[in-house]
Amino acid sequence: MRSNKLIILFFSTILLLSSEIKAVEECFEGTSRAIFKFNMGFDNAILEPIAKGYNKLPEPIKNGTSNFTSNIATLLSIPNHLLQGNFKGAGDASASFLINTTVGIIGLANPAEKLGLKAQQEDVGQTLGAYGFQEGCYFVLPILGPTTARDTIGMLADSFIDPFAHITWREKELLGTSGNQFDYIAVKGTTAVDFRADNVTNFDSLEKNSLDLYASFKSLYLQNRENKIKNSSEVESEWGNLDN
Amino acid sequence: MKKFSLISIFLIFFFKSLSASTYSSDPQMFITELVNDAISKLSDKNIGKEEKETFIEKIALENVDINALGLYTLGELRKSTDESLLLDYQDSFKKYFLKSLTSRLSDYSDNKFEVISADKKSVNYTIVNSKILENDNQPEIKIDWRVYTKNPDKPLIRDLIVEGLSLARTQKEEFSSILSSNNNDIIALISQLEEFVKN
Repeated sequence: MRSNKLIILFFSTILLLSSEIKAVEECFEGTSRAIFKFNMGFDNAILEPIAKGYNKLPEPIKNGTSNFTSNIATLLSIPNHLLQGNFKGAGDASASFLINTTVGIIGLANPAEKLGLKAQQEDVGQTLGAYGFQEGCYFVLPILGPTTARDTIGMLADSFIDPFAHITWREKELLGTSGNQFDYIAVKGTTAVDFRADNVTNFDSLEKNSLDLYASFKSLYLQNRENKIKNSSEVESEWGNLDN
Repeated sequence: MKKFSLISIFLIFFFKSLSASTYSSDPQMFITELVNDAISKLSDKNIGKEEKETFIEKIALENVDINALGLYTLGELRKSTDESLLLDYQDSFKKYFLKSLTSRLSDYSDNKFEVISADKKSVNYTIVNSKILENDNQPEIKIDWRVYTKNPDKPLIRDLIVEGLSLARTQKEEFSSILSSNNNDIIALISQLEEFVKN
């Protein structure tokens, strides 16, 4: 049964990503814009007020929460580093996870960073990008936000190779550790609140100054994914003949 | 002779006062001086909102390559657009840019900046690396400035790259979306820019 799912996943990946759809093209823009509007409503009514409340918490609590969720995300990075052939990255991420989980008290502190181990976060979408798969078309998912065909496939595949998702979402035991779906949702929800809290000013500024907020979010999402795949934030010059 | 000296002294002071906001031609020093100047003005509680806005507009007009930015954000359409429409667009873009810049800078005026280094990419471009220091509401933010150095005596800012995300590219893609939903009609874009300035 599990192997069937993997085969379906593999073939949908090939079908979606080998198409001639360009990165910036939309799958179904009208629907995506409607979902985006819904997501903004959800953000205004729920996520933003929680994030603003979260920002009022004492700094050690916020840092501890941020460290804890980042440490759990490292678990997904390890297999992805390996899949990308980045053995040093996999070693650093493993060492970071072990140090932060033990010395850093279940990841609440980040002593690994002080030792120079900055775990770079990787997911299957990035791994597919590193293999040369194009983004496919762009669309917006309810609550989860902007994505592309490649990143959606990646997100589904993440749940198969992420040890944390294996323990919690799939409720399987691993090395004597177990969890449930509530743990998974709680950690992912907290990660979202932590991210939103870090970006209160950025979101407000963007909302105030955009002529087409949907297009701004799309551009920022695609640029961010591009940088993550390249593992670089170097922006290439696109100024062309304006330089002459 | 004495009269000539007095005139010379007057002229020196006059031009010095006019060029009070002229910054260094070295890209890293240029950004350092510009940002420090902007922060000290914006955080000065004795200066009114209007004076701050006038100051931001002045330094933006002198130190940002607004015309090139406007053309860049228009994308390929700039090549096929009638010259008079292009002038109308550039005029509207300038007003839009100055208004949104004032709003954005006001949002970030309480932050502390630090210029770290500069990387000369070519004769035309130097990237100056800086950061907004961490505060209670946000983590440290990396900001790179794309400085156009074709005229080495007068560097101009062309782009701000926040955590690897180019604001010029974001603006270009936003305009491209507006244009494509209006059959590439530049007049529709101009009216949206004017609408933003009015509100």
